[in-house]
Amino acid sequence: MKTQIKRALLFSLIISATGCSSLGVEPWERDLLAKKEMALTSSPIDAAFDDHIYFSKEASSGGKGFGGGGCGCN
Amino acid sequence: MQLMKKHNRKKVNVKLTLAAATTALLGGTCVANTNNEGSELDAWSFDTAVLYYGEIDRVTANEVMLGATKTFDDESVLNLKFTFDALTGASPNGAVAQPTVQTFTKPSGNGEYQTPANETPIYNGFRDSRVQLNAQWTQPLAANYTVSGGVHFSKEYDYLSLGINGSLAYDFNNKNSTFSVGTSYFQDIYNPVGGIPEPLGLMIPGSGDEDVDDPTRIGKDDTKLSADIMFGFSQVINRRMIMQFNYSYAMIDGYLNDPYKRLSRVNSNGEAIDYIYESRPDSRKKQSVFTQAKYNFGGAILNNTVLDVSYRYMWDDWKIDSHTIDSRFYIPVGNNSYLEPHFRIYQQSAAEFYQPFLNELNVLPNYASADLRIGEMTTYTLGLKYGTLVNGGDELSFRLEYYTQKPTNAGFEQQGVLASQDLYEQVNAIIAQVTYSF
Repeated sequence: MKTQIKRALLFSLIISATGCSSLGVEPWERDLLAKKEMALTSSPIDAAFDDHIYFSKEASSGGKGFGGGGCGCN
Repeated sequence: MQLMKKHNRKKVNVKLTLAAATTALLGGTCVANTNNEGSELDAWSFDTAVLYYGEIDRVTANEVMLGATKTFDDESVLNLKFTFDALTGASPNGAVAQPTVQTFTKPSGNGEYQTPANETPIYNGFRDSRVQLNAQWTQPLAANYTVSGGVHFSKEYDYLSLGINGSLAYDFNNKNSTFSVGTSYFQDIYNPVGGIPEPLGLMIPGSGDEDVDDPTRIGKDDTKLSADIMFGFSQVINRRMIMQFNYSYAMIDGYLNDPYKRLSRVNSNGEAIDYIYESRPDSRKKQSVFTQAKYNFGGAILNNTVLDVSYRYMWDDWKIDSHTIDSRFYIPVGNNSYLEPHFRIYQQSAAEFYQPFLNELNVLPNYASADLRIGEMTTYTLGLKYGTLVNGGDELSFRLEYYTQKPTNAGFEQQGVLASQDLYEQVNAIIAQVTYSF
């Protein structure tokens, strides 16, 4: 299961990397991408609160950003 | 003049998009501008937020966050963030419920408290407050390169954390693709109330006399070092879609126990005969892969709604692995408001040394912990956010969420009197947040 997931993710990464030259937009087509709600982290405050809560309550952290130390809550 | 203003806004938007791509690596350590449309070059913008986190009959946390962002003429961005939180309430001490009253030594080693029959043992004198400061500097280095560096400080009564981070992002393919690499390093000092208990040491009855040394305490404090490295790749797919892929590797060394957690040692009938302090390995290596997609729908009905879906797979050398699916759906309401439903599901397997209790007949293992947070569990979050523009561009938002944690039995037999006890009690929490950005 673990190997399959890793392979699937690696496969999608390779596809994205090799196919990226045909992907994307011209600078004048960025109207929607420039909107705040299209940012990868559109609400940094919410993300910071959530990271703290889940770091305190679960065994996983990070992934999207760093998951290092920071508090004695876990 | 009007043209100049428009040009500046456009420039800020592009710059903030780039800064966001770079600082996406930095997760919670960065407060990016949340009000792009109202931004001006060389001006400050501010985020303020309060959060309430309340578990039913358990821990309650109140948190305040203040963020300030300044964008300079040379397209550098400075983020400053202050966080304060206060925690009170009750936390499970790791021991199992019993059909009789149980007596425990307080975390300080001085004094005792009792748990009624058939209840999960919790210590309800838990109280702490924490101050956290973050500063992050992001700036273009050369054409298509952006660097970012930051510092972190967090202090609570029994814990100090100091951290630094740095990252580099490279844009190519007409800025449609970005590779980034980032690293962070944290040095933490744990100074638990009553000192560091001896791992697997027997909990002795509290003396109630603060002048009497507890022989099970082996030191006053201990340290923990964490180093992370992360590689990221983001790709604009088309006008409506962007994707992100991350791989991260983290090494944590030092004191990884929870000094306040114990395990019950039980006889063949499941009756607790004594309690020992938990013992975890002094290192942990974690890896994760993360992918995220954001899609802006077209069409008359779904116009400008945005779907945000991410998946994370994490695994470590404690044999914990976890799956997380996080999804948000941004729905514009009128010209100035939006609704955002949120659903998250998280599932983890137990650490190889996790066990809810120890049998007295068995030889003591090197490592054992009954902390449910490293046990098998599934958690769900269901929430709704409402945001609206006020005062000509400031944003006010409200978020209400329900978080459920369902620990499950990873295959441990509950003998004798334990058969009728709930060793995997569900935790339910309410999360409420108000944010104002100006």
